[in-house]
Amino acid sequence: MRTPTLRTFWAILIFALVLLPLPLLVRSEFWLTWATLALFYAYLGQAWNLLGGYGGQFSFGHALFFGTGAYCTAVLQIHVGVNAWAGFVVAAVAAGIVGAATGWLVFRYGLRGSYFALVTLAFAEVFRILANSFAFTGAGVGLLVPLMPGAWQMQFETKAGFFWLLLVLVIACLLLTWWLQNARFGARLMAVRENEDAARALGVDPFNTKLLAIIASGAIAGSAGAVYVQLFLYIDPGIAYGPSMSIEALLVPIIGGLGTVFGPVLGAFALHTIAEIGRLVFGEAPGLNLVLYGVLLVLMVLFLPNGLFGLGRFGFGLRRYFKRGGANA
Amino acid sequence: MLEVANLSKRFGGLVASNKVSFTVQPGSISALIGPNGAGKTTIFAQISGFHRPDEGDIRFEGASLLGLTPERICMLGVARTFQIVQPFAGLTVRENIAVGAHLHRAGRKAALGHAEAVAQRVGLGPQLDKPAAALTVAGRKRLELAKALATDPKLLLLDEVMAGLNPAEIDEIIPIIRGIRQSGVTILLIEHVMRAVMNLSDHAWVLNNGSLIASGTPAQIAADPQVIEAYLGHGAAERMQQARIEAQHA
Repeated sequence: MRTPTLRTFWAILIFALVLLPLPLLVRSEFWLTWATLALFYAYLGQAWNLLGGYGGQFSFGHALFFGTGAYCTAVLQIHVGVNAWAGFVVAAVAAGIVGAATGWLVFRYGLRGSYFALVTLAFAEVFRILANSFAFTGAGVGLLVPLMPGAWQMQFETKAGFFWLLLVLVIACLLLTWWLQNARFGARLMAVRENEDAARALGVDPFNTKLLAIIASGAIAGSAGAVYVQLFLYIDPGIAYGPSMSIEALLVPIIGGLGTVFGPVLGAFALHTIAEIGRLVFGEAPGLNLVLYGVLLVLMVLFLPNGLFGLGRFGFGLRRYFKRGGANA
Repeated sequence: MLEVANLSKRFGGLVASNKVSFTVQPGSISALIGPNGAGKTTIFAQISGFHRPDEGDIRFEGASLLGLTPERICMLGVARTFQIVQPFAGLTVRENIAVGAHLHRAGRKAALGHAEAVAQRVGLGPQLDKPAAALTVAGRKRLELAKALATDPKLLLLDEVMAGLNPAEIDEIIPIIRGIRQSGVTILLIEHVMRAVMNLSDHAWVLNNGSLIASGTPAQIAADPQVIEAYLGHGAAERMQQARIEAQHA
């Protein structure tokens, strides 16, 4: 029997060992920021991949969870004085609860495919409007988180601190998805993605399975929001609940490879390299990156439906094909 | 084992099941036969919880299955296959069968091990690591059987697992089904391949336009004039009788 499972584990280990010393080797502030942001979007993409890649439920409004997490920490920090690390945990729990509520509603009524996507988009928009209308969320002005440097406040004095924090989170998610691929829950989730009726006939409860996936996915996206707030010290309804965060969350795993362990990481680094090149070539025209993303998405869906990860597998398959002596194999 | 009593199901003006009653004996292989559109698959869909009957009752080991979800019914030990095969196309054969094996096995290793054993049993051993989408029709039918079998059912509902197979492939699958029965699983099958029905089943029911029109051993059923008319049209039994008499005289 092949052991792809162990191979993936070693790949995660190598990934960790290669990236851990990066801040000590790379002195350029620009590249370190680039790598930190790429890791942030990888983390957000991993959250989406859990539900969209493995569960086949394409959310178009993951900003709903991201924003809830971001606002949770920011509000607690500013109005109550709660420590940012505690806020991080609360953010994950709160976003998980929002995930449970959304999932319960949507899956109870059996909404799938584009209907599911539209409902998540609508929920994110509702939360954006709500965040816009209350004083404690800073309404349209947004919230400025006070500067309290120190690792204890999750506001690292160097970029390296954030890099390491996000690296640890990304690795934790890599391990989580790796576990998922080798667990009963993962098998059931993928069965539901492939064919819900067939899964039911084999005793899989699709409602519970999808609900658990959206809770986990929401909690991770919410914790990403908590880190974002400490990184940028500012949040407003447009950033938190606007569609651009939702699009980043889904684009990253789609480009990298849906339902794969390393897809989101690969996608995040690729996407941010392209976005950076786009900025260099076209300047800072507003909205241009979204145009670029749109073109990219069309090209990916047309030519590489399995993402960059699929490209690797495709190349591997070709090599094997020729080794065996081409069409005679 | 399974008692179906006065089962009725209407889709608008169409009566798909009309007061259907039958009892499946434990340890038997029974067949539900009938022309296309007779309502056989609808009965399976009601037993397995995908459709809710309008009237009547379905009891499995004494307890009613009415109102239970498909996943719950599968948990109780009734597994079905689909006439239109429903593989998890993106997964390998091994992973497909493991989904069923996971029903009573939490560990991945145990589930994969069981999946492999079931695959060997239905003759899918060499194809374990192939993607399900790459299987032939015969392979997909076997996969349907393997997935359901992996849930360790007490009662297995097989919906035309031989349709679309060539005679050689049918000859291969008949002993597999007989072997499943020998391992203690009761089997109810829907089948058009008469050779298989004759060969395998202890008892058969004939369904036509939603109603049961005959019940008995396969040999009794094959001689039943009502059954012949259902299949070959009104007056066919008489004409066959005529032909037989003429053949005797000639």
